[in-house]
Amino acid sequence: MIGRALLWLVLTFGVATPLALVAAIALGEAAEGIPPVRFPWNGGAATDSLVLIATDPFYVGALLSSLEVAALTAAACVALAFPMALGIVRARPGPRIWLLAAVMLPFWTGFLPRMGAWIGLFRDSGWINGVLVEFGLPAQQMLYTDAAMLVGMVHAYLPFAVLPLFGVLLRLDPRLEEAAADLGAGPVARLVTVVLPQAAPGIAAAFLLVFIPAAGEYVIPELLGPPSATLVGRVVVQEFFQNRDWPVAAALSLGLLVVLLPPLWLYQRLGTQG
Amino acid sequence: MRRAALCFGLAFLWLPVLLLVGYAFSAARLPFTWGGFSLRWFGALLANERLVEATLLSLRVATGAASLAVLLGGGIGWVLARHGRFRGRALFGALAAAPLVLPEVVTGLSLLLLAVAVQTLTEGWPQRGAGTVLIAHALLAGSYVAVLVQARLASLDPALEEAARDLGATPAAVFRTITLPLVAPALAAGWLLGFTLSLDDVVVASFVSGPAGTTLPIAVFSMLRLGLTPEVNALAALLLLTAAICMGGAAILLRPRVVAPKAEG
Repeated sequence: MIGRALLWLVLTFGVATPLALVAAIALGEAAEGIPPVRFPWNGGAATDSLVLIATDPFYVGALLSSLEVAALTAAACVALAFPMALGIVRARPGPRIWLLAAVMLPFWTGFLPRMGAWIGLFRDSGWINGVLVEFGLPAQQMLYTDAAMLVGMVHAYLPFAVLPLFGVLLRLDPRLEEAAADLGAGPVARLVTVVLPQAAPGIAAAFLLVFIPAAGEYVIPELLGPPSATLVGRVVVQEFFQNRDWPVAAALSLGLLVVLLPPLWLYQRLGTQG
Repeated sequence: MRRAALCFGLAFLWLPVLLLVGYAFSAARLPFTWGGFSLRWFGALLANERLVEATLLSLRVATGAASLAVLLGGGIGWVLARHGRFRGRALFGALAAAPLVLPEVVTGLSLLLLAVAVQTLTEGWPQRGAGTVLIAHALLAGSYVAVLVQARLASLDPALEEAARDLGATPAAVFRTITLPLVAPALAAGWLLGFTLSLDDVVVASFVSGPAGTTLPIAVFSMLRLGLTPEVNALAALLLLTAAICMGGAAILLRPRVVAPKAEG
C-alpha cells in the first residue's frame, strides 16, 4: 500500500505535473525573465499562443507536413516490412531467429551513428556520388533533401513495423492458406483473400507504431532534411531554444498531442482487440 | 518476391552500417574515402577528450537510469499486475504508459519545464546536468520496464506461488524464492533496454541537460551537424561490436525457448 502511494507520487510528479506545466505555459505570454513567461494572472494574454498555432499558416503547415511525412514514412515502412515479415515467418525456425536478429541488431547499434552513415552516403563528396562519378554520371545533391530525410526515417523506423507484422503473421493458421490452395487459389489470390485480411490488425498496428513517433521526429529532419522541412519537432526546439518563446513551443506541443490523439486511440483499440 | 523484399530490406538496414564499420578502418581524412587500412581513427577517438568524457558520463548516466528504471518499472508493473481493480487504476495505467507514446520533444519539453519549476521553487536546485538527464531517462525507461514486468507477472503460473504458500512459505519467502527469480528475465531485459535507451537518446537529454551534462549522443549529434568526422565511424564500429556480442549472447541463451512454441494458435 505504501509502495503504491509512493508510485502514485512519482507518476504524479514525473508525468502528470510536467504535462500540466506544458499546458500552463501554453496559456502564458512570452516575456523577459526566468522563466520567460508572463501568466494570465499576471496580466499576460491567455490564449494568444494557442490561437497562433491553430491559425498561423507557418505553425499549421508544420503540423500538417509532420503528419504527411509521418504517413509517408509509415506507409513505406509497412510496404517494405510486410514482405520482410512474411519472408521471416516462412523461413525454417533455425534461420528465423537469426533473420529476426538481423532486423533488430542495427536497431541496437546506436541511432546517431547510423544517421551519420547516411550522411556519409548522401553527402556531395560521399559514397553514392563517388560511385556515380566512377560510372561517368553527374554527381547529385542528395544530402539535405526531402528524399534523404525520408530514407533516413524509413531506415530508423523499419524494425518497429517488422516486429508487429511478424507477430501477427506467425500466428496465422497455415491450414487456411492450404485450403485456399486446394480450392485452386493462386499465390496472389491467397495473399489478397486469406493472408491480408487476417493480417489487417497487424498492418494497422505497424503503421501506427511508426506513424506516432515519426510525427514528432526532430533528429532525422535536422541531420538529413532540408532547412525548409519545418516539421513540428524542429519548430518546437527552435521556438524554445532559439526564439525563447516558451508559450508557442508549449502550445505547439499540445497541438501535436491533440492531432496524435485519434491514432493513439486507434492503436489502443487494436491492442485490446488483439 | 518476399525473399527479394527480405534481401532488399536487410541490405537497406545493413549496408550503411557495414560501410560505416568498414570505413572506420580507412586511413583517409575524409570520411567514406578509402585511404588504406589503418587504426588511426580509433586512436583519434581515444585521444578526443571531449568524446571520451562524454562516453564515460553516458555510461554512468545509463547505468544509473537503467537501475532506477528497474526499481520504478518493477514496482509499477507489480501494482498493475497484482493489485486488482484499485481506485484510479485506469489513471495509474495511463500515467505509467504515457512516456511510451508521447513524442520525444513533448517529453523533453515537459521534463525541462518540471526541472525549471522545481528550480524556481527551491531557488536553484537541482542544477540541470547529468543528474536531471538520469532522472528523465529513468522515468522514460521505467515505463518500458513496467510493460515487461507486468506481462511477465501476468504470464506466471499462479500454482507455483500457491504451492510455496501451501508448503508454509511466508509471503516474503514466496516473493524471494519464487516470484523474483521468475520475473528476473523481465527485469534483466528491462535493464538492458533502459541502458540502451539512455545511451541512444539525444532529444530528451538535450532538453534537460545543461552545459555540464554533455552525454555521448549530445556530443555525437553536434559533431554530425558540423559535418561527419571519421571518429564517429570508429565509435559506431565499437558500438556495433558491443551490440553484436550482447545480441549473440542473448540469442544463444534464448534459442531453445524461441524455437519451442510450435503448438500455438
